[in-house]
Amino acid sequence: MSAGEVMTGAEMVIRALQDQGVDTLFGYPGGAVLPIYDALFHQESVRHILVRHEQGAVHAAEGYARSSGKVGCVLVTSGPGATNIVTGLTDALLDSIPLVCITGQVPTHLIGSDAFQECDTVGITRSCTKHNYLVKSIDDLPRILHEAFYVASHGRPGPVVIDLPKDVQFASGLYRRPVENAHKTYRPTIHGDPDKIRAAVALMAGARRPVFYTGGGVINSGPEAARLLRELARATGFPVTSTLMGLGAYPGSDPQFLGMLGMHGTYEANLAMHECDVMVCIGARFDDRITGRLDAFSPFSKKIHVDIDASSINKTVKADIGILGDCASVLAEMLREWRALTPEPDTARLTEWLSKITGWKARECLGYWPSGTTIKPQYAVQRLYEATKARETYVTTEVGQHQMWAAQYYKFEEPNRWMTSGGLGTMGYGLPAAIGAQLAHPGALVIDIAGEASILMNMQEMSTAVQYRLPVKIFILNNEYMGMVRQWQELLHGSRYSQSYSESLPDFVKLAEAYGAKGIRCEKPGDLDAAIQEMLDYDGPVIFDCIVDKTENCFPMIPSGKAHNEMLLSDYLGETGAELGSVIGEEGKVLV
Amino acid sequence: MNAMNTHYPDPVRVEPVNRHTLAVIVDNEPGVLARIAGLFSGRGYNIESLTVSETEHARHLSRITIVTAGTNAVIDQIKAQLDRLVPVHRVVDLTLQGDSLERELCLVKVAGRGEHRVEAMRLAAAFGARTLDATLTSFVFELTGSTEEIDRFVKLMSAIGLVEISRTGIAAMGRGPEPM
Repeated sequence: MSAGEVMTGAEMVIRALQDQGVDTLFGYPGGAVLPIYDALFHQESVRHILVRHEQGAVHAAEGYARSSGKVGCVLVTSGPGATNIVTGLTDALLDSIPLVCITGQVPTHLIGSDAFQECDTVGITRSCTKHNYLVKSIDDLPRILHEAFYVASHGRPGPVVIDLPKDVQFASGLYRRPVENAHKTYRPTIHGDPDKIRAAVALMAGARRPVFYTGGGVINSGPEAARLLRELARATGFPVTSTLMGLGAYPGSDPQFLGMLGMHGTYEANLAMHECDVMVCIGARFDDRITGRLDAFSPFSKKIHVDIDASSINKTVKADIGILGDCASVLAEMLREWRALTPEPDTARLTEWLSKITGWKARECLGYWPSGTTIKPQYAVQRLYEATKARETYVTTEVGQHQMWAAQYYKFEEPNRWMTSGGLGTMGYGLPAAIGAQLAHPGALVIDIAGEASILMNMQEMSTAVQYRLPVKIFILNNEYMGMVRQWQELLHGSRYSQSYSESLPDFVKLAEAYGAKGIRCEKPGDLDAAIQEMLDYDGPVIFDCIVDKTENCFPMIPSGKAHNEMLLSDYLGETGAELGSVIGEEGKVLV
Repeated sequence: MNAMNTHYPDPVRVEPVNRHTLAVIVDNEPGVLARIAGLFSGRGYNIESLTVSETEHARHLSRITIVTAGTNAVIDQIKAQLDRLVPVHRVVDLTLQGDSLERELCLVKVAGRGEHRVEAMRLAAAFGARTLDATLTSFVFELTGSTEEIDRFVKLMSAIGLVEISRTGIAAMGRGPEPM
C-alpha cells in the first residue's frame, strides 16, 4: 500500500475512479453530490456524461459496460436521484452487469430524520444490488470505493451502490490505493472441479444427441470464453443454441448455430433442446422463458451445467453434473480433456442427430408472409442487418416484439455487440444503452432497434445524444401498438386490446428535429433500403420511424405452460401448435 | 389455448418439507441482518427461528442460527443464496452434519395463588427451571432446553397461570471435537 495522500471524500471518489481506470461517468447532479461534482470540475480524465433522467444514467452505464467489458459508473444525488436508479439497478442485477453507482446522501447526523431529499437508499437498493454500502466514516471510504469495483466485476457480475453522505464528502482523510484490489472474504470460485469436468467430458464423448445451450455468462466471462466456446464447438461438432443474453458468443451465421432458444426461439433450437440426450449448459440459468413447462423440459437428457453462481445450479432444473466456475476456465479445461480423449470420439455417432437437425432447419421457422405494400417488421430487421453487417455494429433494443425480431433476424458474429434487457424486460433500456455503447466505441455504428411505445419511456435521452454528438441510430418498428401486449391479448384474451394501442403518438420526424437530430419516416418496402442508407450516411443521431404491419405476431412461440415441442409457428408455414404434434417424434408425443 | 394460462410455468408438484438448522458466519456490519431477512422474505422462504449475536468481537464476526423449513431443493437454494451474499463467510447445514445440539432459553412468567402457585413451583423444579424472580403472587422461571422441552413446559404452565413468555430462538452446534 502506498503512503497515501490527504484529501476530501469527494476528491477520493474521483481519485478512486481514476485509479480504477474509469474514463466515463454517467450522472445527474443534485444537492447531496455537489462536492463530488466540484471535484469533477477540477480534472479531465473522467468524462462526465449528463443524462436527462437517472434511470437513463444506469442504462447508459449498462450499455457502456456490456459493450466494453468494463465496469459502468454512475453518480446521482440522494432521494429522487437514488430512487430513479432502482429500475436500472434491478435490470443490471438480473442481467449480471457490473456497475458501481455512487449516490449522495444527506449528512450522517440527519439520516433518519426525513430530511430534504432523504431516502433509505441502502434499504431500498438492498434487494436490487449485488451489494451496497453506506459510508459513515471517511476512514472507510478508500477501501469501499475500490472494494465496490472488485465486488461488481468478480464472480457473477452485478451492480454495487455506494451511498455517500454529504458530510463524508467534505471530510478529510488519508487516501490510499490498495496494491491488490480485493474483498477480505469474498472469493468467487473460478476453476471448476477437475473430476466433474472429466465426468462431463466423458458424458459428452458418449452423447449421440448433444447440444450446447449457452448464455450471457459466456459473454460476461470475457472474449476468451467466447473464443474457447467456438473452439470446443468445432472440436466436438455439437450444435449450439444461445439464450437472448448470450447472442454473439457463438457466431450467428455459423452452420452449427441453431439460433436463439426459448419462448421465441427457433424450431430447430427448441426441438434440439427437447430431444437431446446430453445438454451442456454454459453460463445460462434455465430461465422460465427458456424452459417453458418445467416438467416437460428436455425430458431425455443428462444435463451439465457450468455457472459461476452456485445458486443458479439446480435452481429450477436439476443438473446431473453441476460445475461451479468461470466459463472461460471451465471451457479451457473441457477442451483440454476433450483433446486428451483416447480413442477420439467417433463423429459418425452424431450423423443421425445432425441430419435430424438439418431437417428441422429446413422448415425455415422464421419464414413470414412477404408484402409488397406494407413493411413487415421482420423484413425491416433483415434489411437493416444486410445494410450493416459488414460494419462494426452494436445493437441495443427496447423490450417487446421488436426485441424478439431483432434477436431472431439480426445475426451477431462477435460477443459484446448485442445489448438488451433480458431478465427484467425494461422498456426504455435501448436508447440510453445505445448512448453508453456509443461512448465506449466512438467510431462504431450503434443502433437501437426500438418500438414506438418503448422508445417514449426514455425519449428524453435523445437530448443527451445530441449534446455529446453521439450518432446513435434509433430504428423504430412502429406498429402503433405495444405489440407484445397486443399479441398476448390476441392469443389469450379474445383479442380484447385493452390499453395496448399507442394513442396520440408524436410525429417522430418532428420530434427528432425538435431535439436537433434527424428524422426519417419510411412506409413502403420499396423505399426501405434507400431510407436505411440515408440513416447510416447521416453523421449524427437519427430517429428512423419505420411504419410496419400493425398486426404481425412474433413466431415461433412456445405458448404459456407448454413444452418445447409444442411451439406455435407462423401461419405462413401452414401449421399451428396442434398440428405440430404430427411432426414431433413418438417419445415427444407421450409428453404432450 | 386455455384462457386461464399465464405466461409463467406452473408451480412444481409438492415434495416433503424438512426442517434444517443453518449456522451462518457473517461480518458484523450494519444491515447484514436486514440482508438475510430480506433474502428470506424476498424469495419466499420460511424462517422458523433466527438468533444472532456477535461471536468474535476482534474480527467483527457474528453467528446467525436460522431454523428454516423447505423441500431439499429449497434448502439447497437457501444455502446457495445465503452463501453468495458478500458479507457471508460460511454457511453450514447443522442438520446435514448429523445430530447437532440445539438449545433455546425461555423466560416464563406465571401468576397465581394457592394450589396453582405450588404446582408451578413443583413443575419448574421437575423441569430444572431456575427461579429468577418471585413475588407473593408470581414467578419468573428461566428454562434452557430443546424447543420440544420448552414447548412442553409452556403448555403445562399455561394451565396454571402463565401470563408472559419470552424465547430466544435456537442456538446450535455440532457434536464432537471439530469446529464447524
